[in-house]
Amino acid sequence: MKKFPYTPLQIAMHIYAWSELVLLIFDFFTGRLSANPIQDLERRTGRHAITLLVLLLLCTPINTLFKWSEPLKRRRALGLYTFMYATIHVIIFADLDYGLAWSRLIKEVVEKPRLIVGMIAFILLIPLAITSFDIWKKRLGKNWKRLHQVVYFLAPLVVLHYLWSKKGNILSFQGEIFKPMIYGLIIGIFLIMRIPPIKKALASFSARMLALLPGKNQRPKVSTP
Amino acid sequence: MTNLYKSVPVRSSEITPKQVYLSRRDFMKAATVTASAALLAACAPSVTEAPKNAAPVPKSTATDELGNPVNTYEDITNYNNYYEFTTDKQGVAGLAKDFKTSPWTVEVGGLVSKPKTFGIEDLLKNFKQEERIYRLRCVEAWSMVIPWEGFALAGLLKMVEPTSDAKYVRFETVYRPEEMRGQKDPLYPWPYQEGLRLDEAMNDLAFLATGMYGEPNVAQNGAPIRLVVPWKYGFKSIKSIVKIELVSEQPATLWSAIAPNEYGFYSNVNPEVDHPRWSQASERRIGELSRKPTLMFNGYGDQVASLYDGMNLAVNY
Repeated sequence: MKKFPYTPLQIAMHIYAWSELVLLIFDFFTGRLSANPIQDLERRTGRHAITLLVLLLLCTPINTLFKWSEPLKRRRALGLYTFMYATIHVIIFADLDYGLAWSRLIKEVVEKPRLIVGMIAFILLIPLAITSFDIWKKRLGKNWKRLHQVVYFLAPLVVLHYLWSKKGNILSFQGEIFKPMIYGLIIGIFLIMRIPPIKKALASFSARMLALLPGKNQRPKVSTP
Repeated sequence: MTNLYKSVPVRSSEITPKQVYLSRRDFMKAATVTASAALLAACAPSVTEAPKNAAPVPKSTATDELGNPVNTYEDITNYNNYYEFTTDKQGVAGLAKDFKTSPWTVEVGGLVSKPKTFGIEDLLKNFKQEERIYRLRCVEAWSMVIPWEGFALAGLLKMVEPTSDAKYVRFETVYRPEEMRGQKDPLYPWPYQEGLRLDEAMNDLAFLATGMYGEPNVAQNGAPIRLVVPWKYGFKSIKSIVKIELVSEQPATLWSAIAPNEYGFYSNVNPEVDHPRWSQASERRIGELSRKPTLMFNGYGDQVASLYDGMNLAVNY
């Protein structure tokens, strides 16, 4: 019998990634969206894109801490899903919300900090999505990694875009800032865990911890008679 | 105490030309449904409306004085900004279901000769209730047209006789964190408070709404009594009022306390003065798909522009 070709992690990831789109379509056709459906679509696609980005950034720390390398293989799909939802988000904004009224749109996008950072983040995502395939990885060689490190710059911009879309004030620590702050905090932690000396320290710490676990012990098990 | 209050006559501009826009509303609805269906799934032949709850829903084919049809009762009662309950606009109705609006009193005091605490039933009885169809423009750039019922704020203020020191009116929402779980959120300086300059408050448009669509207010719309100031952004129209105070200094307001650079005291609807985060030039009328330009003073310039003569509205935002 042929082995089932997908791992549980892969299945969970694909289901989760598509779930929001399926839910949105379901909610749309069953009248579960609010009286302002365009705003619902904007918010939900945006938030799902950020969540996928957070999951993408979680892959490396998981490998660092638990020596579990499978998540590293899922980064490309997570990145492409992030791009997919970001694209839907931008299309809804430009087409459904602003009806492709370019002069009005451009005025908005260049004037509002919220939209400036959102737009920069989206534009930066495009080359990453295009070059995510093996052929580009080979072609770009060392530069591929450098290019894809742009995500470390892009992720905080996305959080800023989210924060500035809510009615609140991070400086006075008031208003609707809780969720964007949590996203910011998580992304901040994941990025800090990538700084080489910290990453090294975490890796050696976790190696020692893992060695203490009986099940994960690298020495062969001594069978007792 | 004798009641010398006379009700403000309804202006002829507010009398609804019912027949004119009867068909327009149906057209808009059909257009919205068709357009949105086409956008999301070109393959679906038709959109079936989800069965709504069985309670009879008041219907109106009325329009405002500009010919805009009123929003449905369903939309008005299920899409609410009421952070005392939740920041989720669709979630307010459910959480506000058990909110107690009786007994209810409104304390009117401060710099007045005749301070008085009114029971809600006194307010309903002593002030002639009339309908006002007002546009509501949220600072988040969506808007609705709502057929309110209630009475002019000026009538209540005249009854308590503001003294000559009174320059502003301060309003306060009830504070009941046990019933309003959003008030447990420490990120907001509860209770909600708002304010108007006295001459703004005395303007005939400033309205205390006790009902909507011919029904008493429901909790999510600010029951039992809320302010409606249609030429200002929606957050000025404070809900579930328990206190009205005449004061000499400009009172603090919740949103300007949180972010003074974004939410000013005046907060007049003004398409030329942008909010730093989002443009105020256009808005989406709930129930319609495309954006429409926002009107200066939300279209009430004739009645209120003179209040701001000589003021720089970009500074006094």
